[in-house]
This record gives sequence, C-alpha cells and structure tokens, in this order.
Amino acid sequence: MNKTTKIVLAGEGGQGVQSVAEIIAEAANEEGKQALYIPNFGVEQRGGVSVAYVQISDGDIGAPKFQTGDIVVALSDRAVRRTVNYAGPGTTFVYESGIEGIESELPQKAGRILPIPAIDVAKNEFHPRVFNIIIMGAVIGATGVIPLERAKAAVEKKLGYKFEKQPKLRDLNFKAMERGVELVAEA
Amino acid sequence: MSKKIVEQEKRAFMTGNEVVAWAALAAKADIMYGYPITPQNEIMHYWTRMAPKYEKSFLQTEDELSAGFTTIGGVMAGRKAFTATAGPGNTLMQEPMSMAEMMRLPTVVVVQQRGGPSTATVIYSQQEVTMTSIGGNGEGMRIVYSTSSHQELYDYTIKAFNTAWKYRFPTFVLGDGYQAKMRESLTLYDPEARGIELIPPEAYVGKEGVPGKDRPPAHFRNTYNMEEELYELVMDALQDYEKISPDVAEYHSAGIEDAELVIVGHGIVYRAIKAAVEAMREKGLRVGYFRPVTLRPLPVPQIKELMASNKQILLMESSYGQLARLFKDVAYGSSTKINTFFKPGMGITAEEVEAAAREILK
Amino acid sequence: MPQSWRADTKPHKFCPGCGHGLVLKCLGQAIDELGIQGKTVFGCDIGCSLLSWDFFNLDSVQTHHGRTTPVVTGIKRARPELICIAYMGDGGGYSIGVQHLISAAARDEKITAILANNTQYAMTGGQMAPTTMPGQKTETTPYGRDPETTGFPLHGQEMVASVSREEAYVARGSIANLRQLKSFIKKALENQMKEIGFSFVEALSACPTNWRTNAAETWDFIEEKMPVYFKVGETRKNE
Repeated sequence: MNKTTKIVLAGEGGQGVQSVAEIIAEAANEEGKQALYIPNFGVEQRGGVSVAYVQISDGDIGAPKFQTGDIVVALSDRAVRRTVNYAGPGTTFVYESGIEGIESELPQKAGRILPIPAIDVAKNEFHPRVFNIIIMGAVIGATGVIPLERAKAAVEKKLGYKFEKQPKLRDLNFKAMERGVELVAEA
Repeated sequence: MSKKIVEQEKRAFMTGNEVVAWAALAAKADIMYGYPITPQNEIMHYWTRMAPKYEKSFLQTEDELSAGFTTIGGVMAGRKAFTATAGPGNTLMQEPMSMAEMMRLPTVVVVQQRGGPSTATVIYSQQEVTMTSIGGNGEGMRIVYSTSSHQELYDYTIKAFNTAWKYRFPTFVLGDGYQAKMRESLTLYDPEARGIELIPPEAYVGKEGVPGKDRPPAHFRNTYNMEEELYELVMDALQDYEKISPDVAEYHSAGIEDAELVIVGHGIVYRAIKAAVEAMREKGLRVGYFRPVTLRPLPVPQIKELMASNKQILLMESSYGQLARLFKDVAYGSSTKINTFFKPGMGITAEEVEAAAREILK
Repeated sequence: MPQSWRADTKPHKFCPGCGHGLVLKCLGQAIDELGIQGKTVFGCDIGCSLLSWDFFNLDSVQTHHGRTTPVVTGIKRARPELICIAYMGDGGGYSIGVQHLISAAARDEKITAILANNTQYAMTGGQMAPTTMPGQKTETTPYGRDPETTGFPLHGQEMVASVSREEAYVARGSIANLRQLKSFIKKALENQMKEIGFSFVEALSACPTNWRTNAAETWDFIEEKMPVYFKVGETRKNE
C-alpha cells in the first residue's frame, strides 16, 4: 500500500495556514503525486482557529479528514489546543515557540515535539509578512514530501506577479523558505 | 462549432465546484440556471467566468424553484441545461424535479450536500440522499450518481448529461460540501477524444414548422383527469425505469469473496471505507467493501447476492440511515444482519471505519 | 375561430360563462394577426388555466403554481428566437408564484405574461385570492372578505409595472372590451417580437360558477365592481 503523508496546519485567521496548505498540495500535484487539501470551512472561519488538512500520496487518498496527522503544525495557543488530538506516537508536532505558557498543553503522546521560533525569525531576519513562507519551509523540511525547488516554483506561480514588480521579494521569500527547512532541522 | 474546453488531457488540482463547471463545459452543456447557496456557489462562479468564452449562457434566478423550472424550460427548448443546489435549495428543487419526472425531462442537477435538517451547516453531510433519490410527489424515477472524488465528479457530471438525454429521466450528481470545497488532483479530458459519444439534445417545443399545419403541435402536460390515464402513464414510465436500471446501476466492490465482514457506504464515506479495508487487509483481516455508485437505481442483483452470502454487513454513512433505508428495501428477506454506523452531518475517517469493523470482528 | 386554435379540442373545457375562452380568443387572434404561430411557445399553469394545455396549435407546456413564468423564461433564455407566452391565473401569478412574475419583470425577461384575474381560486372550488374584492363571498371568506383581517385586493398589474423598466409593456384589459384586450395582448407580443422588453397583460375575467352569478350579475361584476379596484388601461407602454 502507498504511504500517504497527512498534514494538519492550524493558526489564527491571517496567519496564512490555508494558503500554505494550498501551495504545498499544489506543488505535490505538480510533482505528479496525488494531493488533497481541504480547509475547515463554515461559519467558524470568521474569528476562529483556521485549520487546513493536506494529504499527499503516490496512490489513492482516503477520506479528506483524518484523526492522526504525520505532521501537525500549530501557530497559536488556540491552535495548539485545537490540534492536540491529531497527534499520535507517529506524529511530529511543530509549534510556534513564541506562544507563552503552552508547554503543559502540548500533546504528550506525540512522537516528536518541535518548537520553532518562526515569528521571531520572520521579524528579525526577514519581514513579518513571510511568516507563512517560513512555516511552509518547516512543513517541507519535516515531511520531505516535496522537493524544495518544487515548492519554490509553486510560490513563484502564486506570487510571480508580485516578484515581477519587486524582484527582491522573490529572494526574500525563497530565503525564508530555506530558513524554515533549517528551523526544523535544528529543532 | 464552439471550441473545446479541454484540447489535450491534463492534470489539474482544483476544487470540486470548479471540476463540475469544467465537466459541464466538456459535456457541451449549453446553459446553466442557478441560485446561490453554499456549498455549491463556485459552480456558478466558474461557469459564469468560462461559459461566455464558449458561447454558453447563464441565468441567475430568483430562487431554486425558478432555477429548476427554468432548467426544465432549457431542456424543453432542446438545450443541455443544468443547475446546482444544496440543502434547503434542494428541498425547493424537488418541485421542478417532480415535473421533470412526470414529463421524462433530461434535467441535470448537481447537489453538494450540506448538513440538515433545515439551514444547519454549510459544510458537509450525506443527508440529502432520500430527498435527491425519492423526493417530490412521485415515484423516484430519477438517476442519482453519488461521487467520491474529483475524478468521479468530472466523469459522472459528463456522464449525467448523456444518461439524462439517453433515458430521459432527471439525473443528479450527488456530491457534498467536502467534495465541493476541497482541492485534489484529477485528469481533465475531452470525452469525445476518449471515444465517449456525447448524446445530442433534442427539442420538445419550438420545433421546425407551423404546428397544426406542417406537423401536430407538441403538447406537454402534467395534469390528468382520470386515475386510469395517470396509472397507465406512470406504469409505463416505471416499466421503462425498471428496464433500464440494470444498464444504469453502477457499483464498486473488492475483497468480498473471502470476507467475513463487508462494509457498505457511498460517496466520500466510501473513500474512508476503502482506505480502512486496504489497511485491514494488510493486517490480515478478512474484510471487503461494497459501494453503490448509483443510489437510484441501486445495483439490486449485486446487493441481493451480497445479502445471500451470509457475511456480516456494516453500513456506514454521514446521515441517520438514509442509504440504509434504500439498501434494506433491496435486502428485504435476507437474514443477514446489517450493522450500522451513522454520523449525521459529520465526516467519517478511515480510523473510525477500522475501529467499527474491529468491534464487529472481535 | 382563430387559426391558431386547435379545432379538434373545441368546444373547449371551460365552464359556461368562463372568461378564459374570451382571453384566449384575443390571444389567438393576436397570434394570427402577427403571423407568429410557427415560432410561438405557449405555457400555461395550474388551476383553470391548465385546461388550455391543448387549446392552441402551438407547442405548449403546462405546469403549476405560477411556475409557467420560469418555464417559459428558461425556454426563452435557451432559444431567444422563440416567442414565449406564460399564461396563468391570479392565484398562480399574484400569490404562490408571485416571486417569479415580479422577478421576470424586474430582470426584463423578453417574454409575455398574461394573467386572467377572476378574483378567486376557481379550480379548487372558489377560495379567497389576493384579488378577492372587499365583501366578496368565497369558500374561505363565507361572510365576505374583511379587509381588516385579510387585506385589500392586490393591485397586481401596478405591482408588476412598478418593477418593470420603462421599455416594458404592462396593461390591464377586460373581457368586457375584447377589442381593447386584443390590442393590449398584441402590443405585448410585439414588445417581445421587437426584443424591447418584458410584457404583461392582466385580463379581468369572469367566473360565474364560483361567483354564483347569473349573466346580468356577472357582467355587472366585471363592468362595474371590478374596475373600482382594478383600473383598465396601459400602465407602461413603449411609445
């Protein structure tokens, strides 16, 4: 049977988890894999925690939602609480280390727990706006489901029109993504 | 001759609603009539963006009654017409589809099920099975394809137009909010390039010549004065329906032969079932699955055969027994136990399928 | 008999004294004079109007609940070259299907809607309709319609006119003046033929069966009583 990589991304509205999820899934599709992305939509979208589910596989993908993720990324305190139950012994649980006082609420049963200082890195090394690109790098680093170059191409496809006007942005985004990969490697 | 939407086969990654719009264009649909309701809105959004480039039309109506009745007008005028709806919109859609059933009109309706009863959620359910299959005042002479993936959404939307125009029964593609909103991979193709013949539409009204001079007028009615007159008409239609049912009914099954337990489900729940069955098989459990693709008509001989085989059955769905009622009607007379797992308005994961199966097998 | 009538379905099925036959005579003559029999589609509704499903030598389709307006709209949108007529009663057009009539007018659908107003639901046995006159006895207002509890007669034609564009044609005729009614229907059809806009004619009609009136009382009701509330004339005309 083909292995399906299951990813849960959760954050506050505006943290960009949906676009990260969509770009990763799209890149995987471009890579020739089967990909499925489903947002948690509904009235909750407004003012609630935004959750995205992504699955990537060489074969058929099962149900769009699942109970245990291979990688779970939580970017706010509420997102951690919301996603705790998606972590199992095989799960890598990545969370934003800038969240204060969340340690006791982290999933005890997760296989690995990786705190990453994405907010600080974005602010100090790049620009707060590329926060979600750093997260994308972290997901790619943690899962290895798509080559970095494919992810960059997917970002180029989405934001290329902005890069045309400001070529510096391209470099900023790509470097941020690479930094995200490093962050999980270091963690 | 308008240009083709898909010249060459291509992989795509898009939402199910977008898939439906592409499929309708690939099937050479002429006109969509629609009214906004979540989660099907983007079908209209993509159709209205793409359709003018292919000389196709759109009308936004005042409600779903009108969307259904204008769709009826469209097919009677001899055009491939369709609409899309969900939830309370589907409730209103039953009135026009009842007329389509009576007049044997080849309407195509895409339903993206949302939670119910009433307004409920815009997210997901399998709670529109009864309504879509046997709703309205009538006998449920409809054809309902329950899809489970974007590829199927594409394949069966194209097929729905052919089925409708071939057999002249109102035809439905039954998706759900997950399928509507999620993105996944699929291959877009031109059906004719794959050797699928697209059945051309025919006009019911507005035909050539002056009625009463060159030809008899085409008079279509739903009203009948006498019981006998109606009885004869309905029985004729029912006989036609029963005759075509074996040709129309579709299903998927695997692992049934040596299975102790066969899991039954449709639509997107089937994906969870299939994944769970494959996982359990790897662990040596003797499980299989049976999935009707058509909910109307159901694959009757196959269900009867399954029920005669003395296996355990587990029927799972995101409603409180809407498929189960249709299924049990066919299974009547069998002593095989049907275990059920109902989660009205909620998705079912592969993990849940496996847990429920193990509970029965232990 | 108008040429566009279908001879082998005559005599028609309406009750003696019913107004439908007269409205449909005006419609038939208008179709003859305009020479559009070969490209006209006729839609009719539930209630007594459904009895016209095989009335004409026209391609015809019968439905219910005022849905003849969207059925005919659907045909017109799919085949704009056809002349499409939606024929209904006051119950279908002004009550259960009022959203269709109003929306077709508001969207300026290039169709012609014709509505026979006989102030009650006739086929179902004579219940109160939006158009029932104050004091008028029906099966659901056996002591006469009381405007305090059931409202005043709906000015349907004026309502349609108020949402129609200037280019639309909206008029109210009466079976008391057939020459005028025919000219209204003809102008309505011409409005569609010239692709100018929506057209609508309400025809004041009679139902002696449910009114329980003799000939003199019937004509008194149509000629004297109904025009008190329902003014005959052209409200919108594109001239």
